[in-house]
Amino acid sequence: MRKMLIPYVTGGVTDNWTDHLLALQEGGADAIEVGLPFSDPMLDGVTIQRASDQALARGVTVASIMDDLARVREQVRVPLIAFTYANLVFRRGPAAFCRLLADAGISGLIVPDLPIDEAAAVRAAAADAGVDLILLVAPATPDDRLREIAAHSSRFIYAISRMDTTGERATLAEAAAPLVARVRAFTSLPVTLGFGISGPAQAAEAGRAGDGVVVASALMRRVLDWGATPEDLRHEVAALRAALDALEVSADRTAYAEVSGHRT
Amino acid sequence: MSLSVTTMTEPVRGRFGEFGGRFVPESLVPACAEVEEGFRDAWSDPLFRSELDELLTVYAGRPTPLTPARNLSVQLGITLLLKREDLAHTGSHKINNVLGQALLARRMGRTRLIAETGAGQHGVATATAAALLGLRATIYMGERDIERQRLNVFRMTTLGAEVVPVTSGSRTLKDATNEAMRAWVADVEGSHFLLGSVGGPHPYPWMVREFQRVIGDEARRQSPAVPDVVVACVGGGSNAAGTFAGFADTGARLVGVEAYGGAAINRGSPGVVHGTRSLVLQDDDGQIAEAESIAAGLDYPGVGPEHAHLASIGRADYRTVTDDEVVAAVGRLARSEGIICALESAHAVAWVLRAAGTPDLPSGSTVVLTLSGRGDKDMATLAGGAA
Ligand SMILES: Cc1ncc(COP(=O)(O)O)c(C=O)c1O
Repeated sequence: MRKMLIPYVTGGVTDNWTDHLLALQEGGADAIEVGLPFSDPMLDGVTIQRASDQALARGVTVASIMDDLARVREQVRVPLIAFTYANLVFRRGPAAFCRLLADAGISGLIVPDLPIDEAAAVRAAAADAGVDLILLVAPATPDDRLREIAAHSSRFIYAISRMDTTGERATLAEAAAPLVARVRAFTSLPVTLGFGISGPAQAAEAGRAGDGVVVASALMRRVLDWGATPEDLRHEVAALRAALDALEVSADRTAYAEVSGHRT
Repeated sequence: MSLSVTTMTEPVRGRFGEFGGRFVPESLVPACAEVEEGFRDAWSDPLFRSELDELLTVYAGRPTPLTPARNLSVQLGITLLLKREDLAHTGSHKINNVLGQALLARRMGRTRLIAETGAGQHGVATATAAALLGLRATIYMGERDIERQRLNVFRMTTLGAEVVPVTSGSRTLKDATNEAMRAWVADVEGSHFLLGSVGGPHPYPWMVREFQRVIGDEARRQSPAVPDVVVACVGGGSNAAGTFAGFADTGARLVGVEAYGGAAINRGSPGVVHGTRSLVLQDDDGQIAEAESIAAGLDYPGVGPEHAHLASIGRADYRTVTDDEVVAAVGRLARSEGIICALESAHAVAWVLRAAGTPDLPSGSTVVLTLSGRGDKDMATLAGGAA
C-alpha cells in the first residue's frame, strides 16, 4: 500500500504561500495540511510558532487564507486538511467555521487542543459540513481512550510520535512504533505519524511503522530561514516521496518472495 | 440569595456553568486526569491537610491578620478591613497555592516543578516551595516581565530555581504560560505543572481556588460580622477566588477589580485559551490580544472560568480601574496606613477609593479587602515614573 505523505504549510506565511502549497502537491503529497495561524499555539515548537507569528504579522486572517485558497482551487488535486487551535473554531462557532472550510475546498480538520472529551459540538458541525474531524492520539493515551478515539475517527488517525511539541528531532521517537501497534488493535483506519519527522530517512522509518507521515517544521524552517522557493520545497517533498515509495518496492518484493515461495 | 449556596463548590465535570473544561492536547489529558485524581485524594486525606496546615502556619506565617485601615476608614466614611496577604512568606498570597501543589507534586512522585510567572511572585513562591521540599524548579517568565521585575528574578535564582526567558508573542505572562505547558508535555512523568492562578484545564481552576480558600475562610472568622462587600483584585483571579470562597454562601456582595488593559470580564468575550473556556480579550478571528497593565501580575488577557461564571450569574460584580488610579492608590494607602502594597493589590484599593460614598459603595459599608501582596517588587517601576 502506498504510504501517505502529508506535508504542511502555514497559511499566509509568505506572499506566495499558495505557490508553496502547489509545490508540495507537485512533489508528491497525498494530502496537505494548511495551518491556520493562532497567536498562542500551545502544542507547537519554535518553528511553527515563528511561522504563525510571521503570518499574523503579515495581517493574515482565516478569511484571507480562504480567499487565497479559492484562487488556486482549480489547481489543487489533493485533499486539504486545516490544522488550527480550538479558539479559532469556537470564535466563529463550529458550524460556521466548518462551513467556511468546506466552501474553500478543505475536507479535513485537526484541532490539537480539542481532545475527544470536548469535541462533540465540533464533530457534529464538521460532519454536517462534510469535513472529517481527525483526532490525535499520543504515547500517553491509555488503551480505553484509544478505543474511544478510534471509534470516533474518520479518514485516518493522527498519532503524535513523541511526548513533545512539534519540531524537528534527530531521530524518530521510540514511542512511535509501539503507539501505532496499539492503535491498530482498535481500528483498521490508516495511522499517520507526525511530530519531529525531519527528513527522508526518518520519514522512511516512520513509514515502516505507520501508514503515513506528516512533515511540517522541516519544511517551514526552510521557508523561514533559507527563503526556500516553491521549487526548493518540491525537491524536499519529492525526496520524502522517494523514501516512502522505496519502502513500497521492498515490501512488494517481500510479498512476491513469499507468494512464490522464495523466502528472502 | 438562592444562587449562593450552589456556588464555589466542586465543579461538575470540570465545568462552571458554560465555562471551564479541559482543552488540552491529547498528550496532556492523562496528566490532567492524574492531577485531578491526586488532588481529590489528597484533599480528602486528613494527613495531607494537616501537613499543609502546619506548613501554612509555621512556615508561611498564617493566619495573616485582618487589619482595620484606621485612617482610610475615617477618610472614606466606611469600615475598611485589610486581609494582609502581603504579610505571608514571600510577600503574596501565591504561597498558599504553591505549598499545596508542591506537597501534592511530592505525594505524586514528581521531582520537578514547572511554573509560569508574570510579576514573579508566583515564580518566587514556587522556587521557595521547591527549595523547602527538595524539588527542582523551572520558571518560565516573559522577557518583558524579566525587565520590569528584576528583583524577583534574582530572588528566584537565589532560591536555586532555573528562570527561562520567554521571547515569543507579547513576552509576558500569556506567553510564559504557553511555554510552561509545552515544557510539561515534554516531561509529564517527572514534572508537575504548578499553575499559579485559577485558569488552565480542569482541575486547576478548582484546585487552586481550594488552596486559596484559606484567605476567605480566615477572613470570615476574623470579621466581626458578615461584611457588606468583599473585594479583591483579579488577574487570573486566584486571590479573589480564594477570598470569595469564604463568603459565597453569605449575603456579602463580591467585587473583583480588573486592570482596564487586562479586563477579560468587562471587555472580553468567550474563548478558549490555556486549556479552559472563559472570557478573554481577542479579535474577531480569535487571536488572543495582548493585555496592557502597569501591574505585571494583571497583564493577562484571560481570567479564571469560575469568575466568568460568577459574573454571568450575577453573584459577583467586576469593575475596572486605570493604571493612574492604581499608582495613586499605592501612594494613598502607603501614606494613610503605612502599608506599601503591590500594584496588583492596589487595584482593589483604587476601586474602594473611587466608589466609597457613591451608590456603588455607600457610606457606612463594611468592606473586607484582600491585599494580595506587598509592593517591594514594584518600587523600581514606581520610581521610574510609572512605566
Ligand atoms: C501580589 C499579586 N496580586 C495579584 C496577582 C494576580 O493573580 P490572581 O488574580 O491570580 O490573584 C499577582 C500575580 O502575579 C500578584 O503577584
